[in-house]
Amino acid sequence: MTDAHPSGDKRFKLLDASMKRYQFQPDALIEVLHKAQDLFGHLDHDLLLYIARNLKLPPSRVYGVATFYHLFSFTPKGEHTCLLCLGTACYVKGAAKLQATLEKQWDLKLGDTRSDGKMSLLGARCVGACGLAPVAVLDGKVSGNLNPEALLQLVKGWDGDGTR
Amino acid sequence: MNSITLTIDGKLISAPGDQTILEAARENDIHIPTLCNLEGISAVGACRVCLVEVSGSNRLAPSCLTKVAEGMQVQTATDRLREYRKMIVELLFAERNHICSVCVANGNCELQDLAVTVGMDHVRYEYQYPSCSVDVTHKEFGVDHNRCILCTRCVRVCDEVEGAHTWDVSGRGMQSRVITDLNQPWGTATSCTSCGKCVQACPTGALFRQGSTVAEMKKDRELLDFLMTAREKKQWIG
Repeated sequence: MTDAHPSGDKRFKLLDASMKRYQFQPDALIEVLHKAQDLFGHLDHDLLLYIARNLKLPPSRVYGVATFYHLFSFTPKGEHTCLLCLGTACYVKGAAKLQATLEKQWDLKLGDTRSDGKMSLLGARCVGACGLAPVAVLDGKVSGNLNPEALLQLVKGWDGDGTR
Repeated sequence: MNSITLTIDGKLISAPGDQTILEAARENDIHIPTLCNLEGISAVGACRVCLVEVSGSNRLAPSCLTKVAEGMQVQTATDRLREYRKMIVELLFAERNHICSVCVANGNCELQDLAVTVGMDHVRYEYQYPSCSVDVTHKEFGVDHNRCILCTRCVRVCDEVEGAHTWDVSGRGMQSRVITDLNQPWGTATSCTSCGKCVQACPTGALFRQGSTVAEMKKDRELLDFLMTAREKKQWIG
């Protein structure tokens, strides 16, 4: 049913298995995109085209859906990611200060990955944990009630030798 | 389909039950302005210009998608609706760089015509002046995102009539753009058959035939209705 990806990359096999589970149904596009992002870290054109072919969807539809959602990323992410919640509650509780602190500390802008590929700083409009405001998601782990000092403490190891 | 009686702007009308308010109004010479609607392709209710008031509901209904119902009382041109329509057109003008005087579609543009119809004499909103590109990599046609109103007529006509689905919309909000294939230059989009139906369907100067200069891009919007009638009813009404 599927033509294996010519690169022979094992991750495509895992992606194939996932698409097979959804019987290559076009409606499973978002689930498949999630899986692809999990496997590859980001979605590049080759990957989107591969998904389009296998789900028998037009490439423009796949690209349109993927770019509609902020969760999908099209450039490689850093080794570590820090997702700052900039929703209303977190903003009121000082998310802007957290953002300024990290931008200064890492010398990058929100939404960017540092040129050495060590870390990415991302923003989101509400991660749904307003009770813990202000919130950051550090490598997938939620940390709440943050202030700039606490946040810097948490990401201390990211910038250089130490492991977290 | 059984016949239904309703009132549009105080006029008693009978219409087949599967018709939309817009279709019923048109058949009875009641003009409801539209922008994203186009004969021959599906309706999406994207532009909100065809909103009407239906008695008993405080929500406005898009007439292109709302089916007629027995005893329905519809108003198509109240002061409130006129104000909203003007507002929508002003917002469209503020969102991109619609500069009629240098546009290929000047004089043949549905957005321009609509602005005249709704009596838009100035724009109350701040112009956004987004940075938009022009893509002329296709050998015959070009796309100027400055003039695009995201009505998705090109997307629908490419999908429903031509069957290629070269066009789609990427991004969201202010960042939305119509794209070909994987957001690549139109000339490199392999799914494009260069049929040109999207160009004919486009209400503004966003899609144009190359070589046309200011006010030269006349469009043949009846072409799609002709094709669809030919395909579905085997009647070639030219």
